[in-house]
Amino acid sequence: MTKIIEPDKQTNIFRRPSSEYGIWSWITTVDHKKIGIMYGYAAFFFLLIGGLEALVLRIQLAQPDNNFLSAAEYNAMFTMHGTTMVFLAIMPISAAFFNYLLPLQIGARDVAFPRLNALSFWIWVFGGLFLYSTFVFGTAGAPEGGYLAEEVGWLGNAPNGGWFGYQPNAGFKYSPGTAMDYWAIGLQILGISSLVSAFNFIVTILNMRTQGMRLMRMPVFTWMTFAVAFLLAFSLPIIAIALFYVTFDRQFGTTFFLTEGGGDPVLWQHLFWLFGHPEVYILILPAFGIVSEILPTFSRKPLFGYPAIVFAGFGIAFIGFGVWAHHMFASAISPVAQAGFGISTMIIAVPTGVKIFNWLGTIWGGKLNLKTPMLFALGFIGMFVIGGLSGVTHSVVPADTQQTDTYYIVAHFHYVLFGGAMFGIFAGLYYWFPKVWGKMYNETLGQIHFWTMLIGFNLTFGPMHWLGLQGQVRRTWVYAEETNLGFWNLIVSIGAFIIALSILIFMANWMYSKRKGEKAPFDPWDARTIEWTIPSPTPVWNFSKAPHVKALDDFWHAKYDEDEEGRAVRRDSADALLAQLEEEGLNPEEEIELPNPSYYPFVLSSGLPFLGYAVIYKSIPLALIGVVLILVGSFGWATEPLEEEFRSEEEE
Amino acid sequence: MSGGHDYPHESTGVETRKLGMWVFLSTEILFFGTLITTFMIFKGRDFPGMKLTDVYDIPFTSVSSFVLLMSSLTMVLAHNALENEDQEKTRVWLLATAMLGSVFLAGQIYEFTEFYHKGFELSTNIFSSTFYVLTGFHGLHVFIGVVFLIGLWIIGQRQKGLSLDSGFNLEFIALYWHFVDIVWIVLFTVVYLI
Repeated sequence: MTKIIEPDKQTNIFRRPSSEYGIWSWITTVDHKKIGIMYGYAAFFFLLIGGLEALVLRIQLAQPDNNFLSAAEYNAMFTMHGTTMVFLAIMPISAAFFNYLLPLQIGARDVAFPRLNALSFWIWVFGGLFLYSTFVFGTAGAPEGGYLAEEVGWLGNAPNGGWFGYQPNAGFKYSPGTAMDYWAIGLQILGISSLVSAFNFIVTILNMRTQGMRLMRMPVFTWMTFAVAFLLAFSLPIIAIALFYVTFDRQFGTTFFLTEGGGDPVLWQHLFWLFGHPEVYILILPAFGIVSEILPTFSRKPLFGYPAIVFAGFGIAFIGFGVWAHHMFASAISPVAQAGFGISTMIIAVPTGVKIFNWLGTIWGGKLNLKTPMLFALGFIGMFVIGGLSGVTHSVVPADTQQTDTYYIVAHFHYVLFGGAMFGIFAGLYYWFPKVWGKMYNETLGQIHFWTMLIGFNLTFGPMHWLGLQGQVRRTWVYAEETNLGFWNLIVSIGAFIIALSILIFMANWMYSKRKGEKAPFDPWDARTIEWTIPSPTPVWNFSKAPHVKALDDFWHAKYDEDEEGRAVRRDSADALLAQLEEEGLNPEEEIELPNPSYYPFVLSSGLPFLGYAVIYKSIPLALIGVVLILVGSFGWATEPLEEEFRSEEEE
Repeated sequence: MSGGHDYPHESTGVETRKLGMWVFLSTEILFFGTLITTFMIFKGRDFPGMKLTDVYDIPFTSVSSFVLLMSSLTMVLAHNALENEDQEKTRVWLLATAMLGSVFLAGQIYEFTEFYHKGFELSTNIFSSTFYVLTGFHGLHVFIGVVFLIGLWIIGQRQKGLSLDSGFNLEFIALYWHFVDIVWIVLFTVVYLI
């Protein structure tokens, strides 16, 4: 068994934390599994908040000429809904999967930099809290003579310039309050978090693979994590600079995006979408990875065209940097650029299509086991295809100019990001539930969740297609009765509440099954990849000894052989192998050294919000607090060894 | 399934922290790339008011650029000394590198002050904004580098001295330092010479 490591001396500022239970064990942990679980819960919390914001929007739009929200509050709500769902819900839920699964899938004990991993989590938490503190401290402010001059409630204290923050609307002239500063600096902090985790995952995948885990033997989820990490690493620096420009414009009187001083508002759009479009793939590729794990397992067939899926993923990631201006067809860009970006947008549909056909090839002729993860994976394919097809229509520039800023666009990206990314995420949550908690979820509730969510989702976002084509514009708080848009808007709002109901079913299932669920075997799905060769829930040390991988889908090949016709036949030795694995997994032979917990990631990241407030309120004391926390954090970190040299038994 | 006991630590053979630094530097290229692109976009535009050409002093900046380039040389010497396990010389060269970096920073502060007094302020127009933000971010990188170097020098005072394979690593700070130098070569060319 592992030995609990007791630090024998105070090496630097604080005594090394050693709690294994309770809140301090979570705050100081550097274990990728605990960090993954924290990411998951915190992101789900923000998902609920983002969902509530959406419901508030839908109550407002349920009837024509409604006055449930004021215009200012409506602006704040759709801005926060978008920002929350992208940066505080889907990205971190994907990060939860990366953290928990990546080391398990490549057979590692942890990520390459465990403390850096804790750092990116805590920076993300403080970034999210900073952004949401706008409801307490922020002010929307009213431009002179603008409609915002009406009185607004606390809901209106949030950023209101859209999640895309178009300039000059989000500049100080038209958004004079502090709310957009909270937005710009909040995203900056969240960006640092993602950037740090991207370094960590790239290095982990390159350097921490177990014996025999060649690149082309890695599970597809790991491959997609790799692609996402590259997308993050190369797109976030761009938005970082753009957000610095915004902050400089708002705080220090520069004119990067203001024509008054020679700047250019369209530059913001270019920089934002040069980040923003890769961001779309950052949101969807993890789901691609998840369903690529689930479909073969529940079809009992190997993934059809593994190399094609891997290369298509990287093709998408690469071309994803060359399509950004299709978000800007209605802006001032030249016809040549419009044609070029229209074509590149059509081209990116090709690798995406390759993936779809490979998934269909995987389930074709398979022995389908329609459990909840599989249902969500199939739902993912269906919904994503709809969203993908409406996406290709945007590459046709004249049509896109007509659709820009209508509900057609809203329908499109919710089919991709909800029908795509979220369905994939739910598939993954059910699929790996037994591995994380050692319990089985309730299958009946899971299936009810799937069907209510599928129905609610389509009722919500399906009608938006024709509402948009009829001309309902997005980001507008009312529509007139004479437009005859009322009926379908009501249906959309009802659909939104059905989605909310399905989420409640999911939460009930989760909380019940986590406590009272049946005990899960360590390989409940007869799965293919090596994270299923270890006990459920995963022991702290992951693998008792480093696995030696001999093939793609190694675990499957250990259990199954092929007969002459290529059909899978269970080996006689399979059951013995499983028993042996369970025995070994729980009782490692050797002593295992694991990285020690640390206070410093938490301390260091707690300094960042202070720096943010210092910039907004031009306060030297706040800046000093921030700098001191960061210095203490980094100094302690630099002088603290990753693993304490602990006293061995003989010496004692 | 069964098999080896030893955990391989580096599948690629490159030391993990060093690989991390390489990945970090690759993103820094995008970071400075965005800044430089913005500078270039606005450089060619016509807008009334002061331009960079009205204020800059190329001989002065050339000298401080030379100082920064020499600091790369002293950094290499420090690394070389550590490879030869000469702790004394390592510390001397580290301090020399930090000093040269500080001289460069002092030159930048002097330059900014001069420009400011000539009426070329951060918010004067788009040319001044792009200039200060671009060179300022580079200066911030040099400053962080100097802090790293001094930190390394302080750690080097301990009994066991510095080593190439543990903790706060000289090699990886050297990578960062050289990168910041190379960026300056690009910036000097783009901002001052063309």
